[in-house]
Amino acid sequence: MAGHIDEKKLFTGALVIIAFATLALVVMPYVQLKHVKAPAELKPYTDQQAHGRKVYMSMGCVYCHSQQPRDAKYAPDDKRGWGRASTAADYAYDKVHLLGTMRTGPDLLNIGARQPSQDWHLGHLYQPRAYTPGSIMPAYPFMFVERKGPAKDGEVVINLPPAYAKPGITIVATRDALGLVEYLKALDRTYPIKKTIEQSLEKAK
Amino acid sequence: MDGTALILLLTFLVSVTGLLVFIWSMSNGFFNTKQSASHIIFGQNEIGLVEDPASNQTNNELQEAAGETDASLTQKELSDRLIADKSSALPAFVCLLTAMCWLIVGSAAAIIASIKLHEPDWLVSQAWLTFGRMRSIHLNSVIYGWASMAGVGVSLWLIPRLLKTPLVGAKFVYWGAIIWHVALMCGVAAIGAGYTDGMEWLEMPWQVDIFIVLGGALMGLPLFLTLANRKVDHLYVSVWYIGAALIWFPILFFIANIPNLHFGVQGAAMNWWYGHNALGLWFTPIGLGAAYYFIPKVLGRPIYSYNLSLLGFWCLAFFYSQVGGHHLIGGPLPTWMVTLSIVQSMMMIIPVFAVAVNHHMTVGGNIKAVIHSPTLRFIVLGSMLYVAASVQGSLEALRSVNVITHFTHYTVAHAHLGMYGFFTLVMFGSIYFIMPRIVDWEWPHPWMISAHFWLVALGFAVYFIGLTIGGWLQGVAMVDAAKPFMDSVAVTLPYLKSRSIGGGLMVLGHLIFMIHFILISLRYGTKKEPALLIPKVNIPFIKEAKVAATELKRG
Repeated sequence: MAGHIDEKKLFTGALVIIAFATLALVVMPYVQLKHVKAPAELKPYTDQQAHGRKVYMSMGCVYCHSQQPRDAKYAPDDKRGWGRASTAADYAYDKVHLLGTMRTGPDLLNIGARQPSQDWHLGHLYQPRAYTPGSIMPAYPFMFVERKGPAKDGEVVINLPPAYAKPGITIVATRDALGLVEYLKALDRTYPIKKTIEQSLEKAK
Repeated sequence: MDGTALILLLTFLVSVTGLLVFIWSMSNGFFNTKQSASHIIFGQNEIGLVEDPASNQTNNELQEAAGETDASLTQKELSDRLIADKSSALPAFVCLLTAMCWLIVGSAAAIIASIKLHEPDWLVSQAWLTFGRMRSIHLNSVIYGWASMAGVGVSLWLIPRLLKTPLVGAKFVYWGAIIWHVALMCGVAAIGAGYTDGMEWLEMPWQVDIFIVLGGALMGLPLFLTLANRKVDHLYVSVWYIGAALIWFPILFFIANIPNLHFGVQGAAMNWWYGHNALGLWFTPIGLGAAYYFIPKVLGRPIYSYNLSLLGFWCLAFFYSQVGGHHLIGGPLPTWMVTLSIVQSMMMIIPVFAVAVNHHMTVGGNIKAVIHSPTLRFIVLGSMLYVAASVQGSLEALRSVNVITHFTHYTVAHAHLGMYGFFTLVMFGSIYFIMPRIVDWEWPHPWMISAHFWLVALGFAVYFIGLTIGGWLQGVAMVDAAKPFMDSVAVTLPYLKSRSIGGGLMVLGHLIFMIHFILISLRYGTKKEPALLIPKVNIPFIKEAKVAATELKRG
């Protein structure tokens, strides 16, 4: 037995290193961001929107859509109509973050401001190519019920563009589709915000 | 001076101090490593003797390529190694078999997801088949099923050889593997059914994660039990890598999955602290640990610079653990954090070159040996792609490059260069070496090894090159605000299709590998003497070897 000096070095070294990394990337951001307050213009999600947000997560929308417009000085995200650079306060009600790392489709942090139409969103979910030629977004027909005959009271029917319309078939949105659209419409961080994280912290003190 | 600059300065000072302390301790012999420490994986007079159970044992091309030798093993050394191999055979096999199953599941999900990106109206009638879920099923299957299990299996098999001590606590592995796999099946099914924690790499519901932690801990336990009984007086560099990985991963996974702790933007910082450390502190050390064993062992030649390999280990640990923030460049995060990660990403060039120089000098341009050893073919290529992936990763962390590549398929290609080009290829090579030792049987069909190699090598080349070009064009189109967004979609289409073709070749390679794996597990074909103990060349010790083998069987 060699006194197990090597093991001591290995354990100590490995633990110190991961502690340091955790301090830098988990604990310090936690301490710094904990005090960030929601802007007055930002409202908490309603139950329906919160349900829609769950649908957004469960369908994996985040794998193709970011929710973090970059600063105009850095990238032309604002020129695409995606909005100003977001700040930590914009996500005050987002328990699970959906910042995303991919833009197979456009950034969605302000989709509700860009496209407030429920009709458009529902139809687009049912068949994206009916609205955006060349789109490679999946169609989500399973979030709708198709049947012959008229819709019942309180049901929301989608109206597809003529080229995609299905004569004689009524396409009704499910709770998931309606919730998802309500969530998308709520994605609107166009209110002005000048404060950086650091400035909003100054105020918190 | 404001707070941000202060934090940045402090982290910088700590980094530099850490480096100085490290250099000082090296020069003062704290590590006390002599070059001879690299001989620890060999017998007394074994250097010069090749070992690759996957190569054709009936001719001696590999030994010829490595150079003639009169090296040999003593009977004691040989029987010790046989006992060590035997102690890890079943636990390693259980892990590798399950890893292989997940490789196939993960590959199937991958190809479906890939085709969906250019055929968006294909398989849209069921929620579980939608792209967002298929992609997550792919990721979780290959990360927690294939890569983690293969890594654990290879590690468990290496530990007794590295410590020259039979594996202690094999029964923990069986329980751990069962718990891990049931949990993973539940996790993947949950994702398919739409239950997800919502963060990349952390999709599985936290209720499932509890069992992953438990199963993982049980499977890692034998390392520490065996360490306590070790017979070698120095830990070879592979033990450092593998041991640290087994300490790090449970901590990472546990902290990342604590429910209701992380929030909003902080959750994003944590998400990529975890995501990148899963690669940097889990897969990379295991892959490098395996490469640091198999390259010298197959060639019968100690690692070129042992000190460099340990320097590489500590630098990798320190710098790699802090690079996660580079996934959030341009995002709503504290600037100091992102900058810290960019700086450490650049610092990663140091350990990467330590590995590059070391592996390159050890192989020493011996292409012939690499060609004649199936194990080396995979591992040397994997090692080279490790260097490529790491250098590429450092460059991608630069803001000027990141503004183009972030949010594009370029990043996806890069991630696969690391997880597939490097890690998976190293695991393939390791399995080719290990399986004949585990089942005491030769790979039945050498052509299947070649077919596997060329299919995955060519398939991955098509995958990577196409997607890299497509991703770059996508990024260039996206930062040109004069072009409509849809241009950035249209430009990728040919490359998304080429990705499906490349991916298809890779999947075909995996299927051949799986069939071959099943064949060798069933001991298909005729057994070839001498029981694969040692190559049939330069065998002054062959009689002793046979005796040792028979004795072992009786015992």
